[in-house]
Amino acid sequence: MHKFLIRSFVSSLVLLFTLTVAAVAKDVKAAFVYIGPTGDHGWTYQHDVGRKAVEAAGFKTTYVEGVPESADAERVLRQLANSGHDIIFTTSFGYMNPTNKVAKEFPNVKFEHATGYKREHPNVATYAARFYEGRTILGTIAGTMTKSNVIGYVASFPIPEVIRGINSFTLAAQKVNPNIKTKIVWAFTWYDPGKEAEAAKALIDQGADVIAQHTDSTAIVQMAEKAGVYAFGQASDMDKFAPKAVLTSVENNWGPYYVDRVKAVANGTWSQKDTWHGIGDGMVVISGLDSQMPSDLQAKVKKLQADLASGKVHSFTGPIYDQKGNLMVAEGKTADDGMLAGMMTYVKGVEGDIPK
Amino acid sequence: MIVDVNFVGLIIASIMASAVPLILASCGELITERSGVLNLGVEGMMIIGAISGFALMTVTGSLIIAVFGAMLAGVLISTIFAFLTQTLITNHVATGLALTIFGIGISAMIGKNFVGIPGKEFPVLFEGLKDTIPLLSPILFGHSIVFYFAFALPFITSYFLKKTKIGLIVRAVGDSPESASNQGINVRFVRYACILYGGAMCGLAGAYLSMIYTPQWIENMTGGRGWIALALVVFSTWNPIKILIGAMIFGGLTIIQFHMQAIGVRIPVQFLTALPYIVTIIVLVVISRDSRKIRLSTPSSLGKSFHKDN
Repeated sequence: MHKFLIRSFVSSLVLLFTLTVAAVAKDVKAAFVYIGPTGDHGWTYQHDVGRKAVEAAGFKTTYVEGVPESADAERVLRQLANSGHDIIFTTSFGYMNPTNKVAKEFPNVKFEHATGYKREHPNVATYAARFYEGRTILGTIAGTMTKSNVIGYVASFPIPEVIRGINSFTLAAQKVNPNIKTKIVWAFTWYDPGKEAEAAKALIDQGADVIAQHTDSTAIVQMAEKAGVYAFGQASDMDKFAPKAVLTSVENNWGPYYVDRVKAVANGTWSQKDTWHGIGDGMVVISGLDSQMPSDLQAKVKKLQADLASGKVHSFTGPIYDQKGNLMVAEGKTADDGMLAGMMTYVKGVEGDIPK
Repeated sequence: MIVDVNFVGLIIASIMASAVPLILASCGELITERSGVLNLGVEGMMIIGAISGFALMTVTGSLIIAVFGAMLAGVLISTIFAFLTQTLITNHVATGLALTIFGIGISAMIGKNFVGIPGKEFPVLFEGLKDTIPLLSPILFGHSIVFYFAFALPFITSYFLKKTKIGLIVRAVGDSPESASNQGINVRFVRYACILYGGAMCGLAGAYLSMIYTPQWIENMTGGRGWIALALVVFSTWNPIKILIGAMIFGGLTIIQFHMQAIGVRIPVQFLTALPYIVTIIVLVVISRDSRKIRLSTPSSLGKSFHKDN
């Protein structure tokens, strides 16, 4: 009995000590919820690169991959919030409602939702990247480099993000080359290398000599390499997959933002906000320019990049007309963020209809 | 649009290239099913083949080792299935589904270190002849060895099943394992062999995707092609030549719908993307509507476990 008392006294002392230490130097733990596998070399892969940057900055991180945008997401979020995570990043549009719902139940946990617009509770922030700025650069390059004046575009799903990209790309290409035609093929997948390659092949067989993509795998740039046409990398630098075809890539760079936000939690300075960063803030990165591009084009692209970064140039500067010729943005004006966020009409010059 | 014969040839060549993995996997599964075993693990075996081929190519640098390694990987994973269903007499359907889930999971695990690495160029044959004959040149020349093998396979398979003694034994085992066993045939051995052969072909189909068709590794890159291959076997009523037709229609419509989109045909895109599935099923059902022939070629003991063996 005596022994038992001593033992329990000692162990409770140890316990008390651990608890005190834990309370004083509480590590901030960040969690990430992914829609796809980290091995997709696309959207989720780039978020995971960002997570690794958080880890490198000295924070503990967890991730759950392949989480469906359904009630499953709520369950995963609740479990992450319950298991001591201080900040949770939900990295797909469809997590919008689950994120807000679970955030209400855990007011002390910070939630960061990517690409959404609902911030119903003070502990929910949203963030997204202005990828369309990158597509303005790609359009400029495509319009200059094409000889057939047919540009192929492999699209994924008809959502504002993709439509905005097509519009921004086409507007920029038309600006440098009014004769170009943008042919769009919907693959209805974010990544299926076989299907993406087939879509790209169809566009190339129909005379496209520059291929842009809004799907994730490297199959399209590889197909372009085989066929001897130009292409652009998506989400990460794809140059090594197709050194001759890839002129440049638009990279998603989430790391700096993630580190920033996790540090803010650690310092107690985190607050709700809506972030939409572009080239200027380094969330959208343009990879190195291929040497096949003439030097005056390279100089032009570098200048455009700087102007987009400084805000001197906006991807959607009027006058912009839709396909029917209705004015969307007046001369000298630029499209506001509300219009960009809900963009579901093609601008003049894009062929075909948006699938409904 | 000007219809150029070489343009038609190019389209047919891309249709054939997209049909290759379906033909390989279906013909492999056909032999397995003809022996009376239903293996739903095609997708799993394909993805294992895809990662094994890609990983071996990256690590060893040898394409030959990679291709045969992928087939061996298919054999190894199908051995698990064979052991469970033939030796431990588990349910075919449940074991096959488990095999697919296992394959997808383990390929993702092995594949972690191979994401973002470009593949190697796979050599093609007869490239010098590519511009000799209009229309036919792009179809006949300039493809990988696996491509030619895939288009020979349905005919080889058909001959094997109809004209060779071993082919007849396989069919006997699939139709009536009891009678075959009474004739002194080792049913379990034959079924083991057919399962492993199916695994090898699925492994090769996966390697074609990750090494030749789209040389890269990403998770889930087979994208459901294993399930389509399985469906082709059933809808072709276990006939290898009809598998070839079905795979060509499926691949063809997938590619032609992209062309229709690019030309700007005003048909809802969702309908176009569903077209390959609908038309392939309709065509195969129509060409296989002779019920007597279906009865003849359907393995009667498909999916049933056989206990009575030695």
